[in-house]
Amino acid sequence: MSSAFELAAAIRAGEQSAVAAAETSFDTIDGRDEEIHAFLHLTKQRAQAQAEAVDKAVAAGQDPGPLAGVPIAIKDNMCTRGEPTTCSSKILEGWRPPYDATVIGRLEAAGAVIVGKTNLDEFAMGSSTENSAFGPTRNPRDTSRVPGGSSGGSAAAVAADFVPLSLGSDTGGSIRQPAALCGVVGVKPSYGAVSRYGLIAFASSLDQIGPFAHDVTDAALCLDVISGHDPRDATSIPIALTPTFPTVNDGVAGMRIGLIDELMADGIDDDVIARTNQAAEALTAAGATVERVSIPATIYGLAAYYLIAPAEASSNLARFDGVRYGHRVDGQNVAAMNVATRSAGFGDEVKRRIMLGTYALSSGYYDAYYGKAQRVRTLLADEFATAYEKFDLLLSPTSPSTAFEIGAKSDPMALYMCDVCTIPSNLAGHPAMSVPFGVGDDGLPVGVQVLAPMLEEAKMFRAAKALEDAAKGMS
Amino acid sequence: MSEPAVLPEGWEMVIGLEVHVELATATKLFCGCANSFGDEPNTNICPTCLGLPGSLPVANEQAVEYAMQLGRALNCTVSRSIFARKNYFYPDMPKDFQTTQYEEPTNSEGFVVLPDGTSVGVERAHIEEDTGKSTHLGGGGRIHDATATLVDYNRAGVPLVEIVSHPVMHDAETARAYVAELRDILLVTGVSDARMEEGSMRVDANVSVRPVGSDELRTRCEVKNINSLRSLGRAINYEARRHVDLWTNGESPRQETRHWDEDGGRSTSGRSKEDADDYRYFACPDLPPLVPTQADIDAIDAAMPALPAARRAALAVAAGVVVADTALTVERGLDVLVIAAIDAGADPTAAMKHADQNLSDGQGQLTPATFAALVAMESEGTLSSTQVKTVLGELVTNGGKPADIAATMGFEAMDTSELETLLDGIIAASPDEWARFVEGDRKVQGHFVGQIMKATQGKADGKVVNQLMTQRANQG
Repeated sequence: MSSAFELAAAIRAGEQSAVAAAETSFDTIDGRDEEIHAFLHLTKQRAQAQAEAVDKAVAAGQDPGPLAGVPIAIKDNMCTRGEPTTCSSKILEGWRPPYDATVIGRLEAAGAVIVGKTNLDEFAMGSSTENSAFGPTRNPRDTSRVPGGSSGGSAAAVAADFVPLSLGSDTGGSIRQPAALCGVVGVKPSYGAVSRYGLIAFASSLDQIGPFAHDVTDAALCLDVISGHDPRDATSIPIALTPTFPTVNDGVAGMRIGLIDELMADGIDDDVIARTNQAAEALTAAGATVERVSIPATIYGLAAYYLIAPAEASSNLARFDGVRYGHRVDGQNVAAMNVATRSAGFGDEVKRRIMLGTYALSSGYYDAYYGKAQRVRTLLADEFATAYEKFDLLLSPTSPSTAFEIGAKSDPMALYMCDVCTIPSNLAGHPAMSVPFGVGDDGLPVGVQVLAPMLEEAKMFRAAKALEDAAKGMS
Repeated sequence: MSEPAVLPEGWEMVIGLEVHVELATATKLFCGCANSFGDEPNTNICPTCLGLPGSLPVANEQAVEYAMQLGRALNCTVSRSIFARKNYFYPDMPKDFQTTQYEEPTNSEGFVVLPDGTSVGVERAHIEEDTGKSTHLGGGGRIHDATATLVDYNRAGVPLVEIVSHPVMHDAETARAYVAELRDILLVTGVSDARMEEGSMRVDANVSVRPVGSDELRTRCEVKNINSLRSLGRAINYEARRHVDLWTNGESPRQETRHWDEDGGRSTSGRSKEDADDYRYFACPDLPPLVPTQADIDAIDAAMPALPAARRAALAVAAGVVVADTALTVERGLDVLVIAAIDAGADPTAAMKHADQNLSDGQGQLTPATFAALVAMESEGTLSSTQVKTVLGELVTNGGKPADIAATMGFEAMDTSELETLLDGIIAASPDEWARFVEGDRKVQGHFVGQIMKATQGKADGKVVNQLMTQRANQG
């Protein structure tokens, strides 16, 4: 399949039609998604109308935008007007939002064609896309394996060539980890760079929308479209993000890059460590200086995250009470209806995190848990700041392992460990992305993670592109 | 003079008030929906105030400014503040949490000075969103036994400021005066329309009692559903007496929320606070802190209209009276007129007297200059007090010059000799009454004044007649 960049160029030049590109996408999905289960819902009518509008604009000599006619898949926790938006939860089954998320409007304004909504771990809570009320997604590289999660459907949709681009959301690694496991590029932008308006919140202070793509250039193209200030999101950064696409090929000559000690240690598989070391060498070869750096607080990141994220989730998910929308199970009175609805509507992992978060915020426990976790967050941000006095970027593995077998990790703690490398960036609010870099001993993709200071996406993409180029040379 | 004591001797009330006021903004606190009372249910709603999945709040700048203005009017410290989530389930609360302020409110530690000089400490005045409105069908109108509940979300997300007083009031009258003063402050600043009946100003009373002389704080009850100043006084007195009865019988009140039943004149038990929800407050991650600069606060102070307490103090100085005696004039908004009239030479006592007694409908067309001129004519004895009242009424209604109006109405000052002749005649006609007057019986004075007024068709100055009578009596 051609890249998003090439496809948009062909459509803008009138060499290919957007309607045909959408049809190709739907045909590919029809051919293989029964097996993969990347999609929960296809938005065929909306796609048809948008593709026709793009073709009409091209015919009229207008420019439909940088993503003209590019089919794109959307994680099903972003609101799409009139189309089902479920968060892979029974509690939202049948709900159709009356409005579009800001990113949806931005994509369509840039000419993109939304083809469907993708599977995820219920309410984005998970690292394998097994916790979906509508069944798991399979990894297109090996269908006995998980695609990672929680944005497993969006990662798989790109990896399976259903679409050249998709959007995911990343709260603790939910874009980067599935990108690594599926062998695609996944980006978590700076907190506030992409509007969260219309993203159904899991943990509001950590959630961020970002793109999946086959290559770094397409990811840059997509990020430049979806980023930017949104007055409807009070946490949206009031300035425009420096575009990433124009400088993606500028290289890493002279850059100082730190390889994080704590994420090259026990708990990370040897083959993943070996590939990450190779990535460091590749960057050195491309003209960067790479040195080891210690960021001790990263090892507390996981613990802090599993207090902060559930705490916010326990509040964010309170609204699913059966009163106004979604699933309702009747009861003797309102309170009984609330309990019956939530008991039936939420899956086990969601309930587990709501209970964790409720406990962490409880009077008498707040300081010991939530309060302390927030202090870890501050400490981590301080340590990152110190590291960035010396380094332009940081480097680490994305995931401790390659894709694991479906059903292999039944212990919640084992799954939580999947996010150990990705969580620190969410806690700090910094951008980070995963780039495929060779394969592990099992022949499955390995991803390496490039981390950057706040709003330094452009620099991050340059390093990611250098790694992508080096990886091409390896195989 | 003193009313019957509300509580038995030896007991004292302790009252703290929580007053919620709706801010008079055009739109809601976190979205662009109209902030409008009385519209068709569920017409002023959007994804944000309905708490739909994915929606986000953005703070309304006007609401924040109003809240800070109010804070300064309450003599509070305005500082960096953060929004917090108060988590509990209720069907009329769309997100099942209320966005409010907890540990760092916008306004903290101020005070309100009442007309009698009492200063009531304000602990905080924080910003929060209102809930929707539930109507419970069937049962007793309560949620627990309702067969169905209708919810109107028009009010959901309307901006509120909750003003929390310290528990420093000790009688219902002070509590009422405090609420009345808050209302005046809200109206003067324009921050709220402060209508208790429409619910744009809602008062909850925290009431407890203790032995006089003690400084302990005993178990309190929060009384809700108070819809007027009258209800406030009744509810506080009822609740305090209920507590004294309990303590006296060796029992103790439960800490709980109680519901004031205005028709029944009693409070009934609501939900108990002992097993109250743990609200699990935490900083709202969707809203950045509000960080006013010193320049912002200075600008608010500079634009602040004169507040009732300051106006009373200014009037007291100008008129040479105690502050408590200026309350009515300031409440009527006549203080500016009176001070200007005094500056223009009016007798302060006379000006204050007219403001209190004869200008209950406001000043109308009356100006400081005409007011001062009229008061001067009265002081000089040119017009009788009855005539002054008539001319004043004319000045309020149509304006003009007091001298011209007096002339038009034929109010010429009467010659004293004329009055003396008249008085002689009346004394001669009623010797018994006159003898009693000479002996000091002032009750018969009206007999003489009335006769003279009748004879002069009200043109005589009552004061002059009184003086003449006293002189004559002293002469024997």
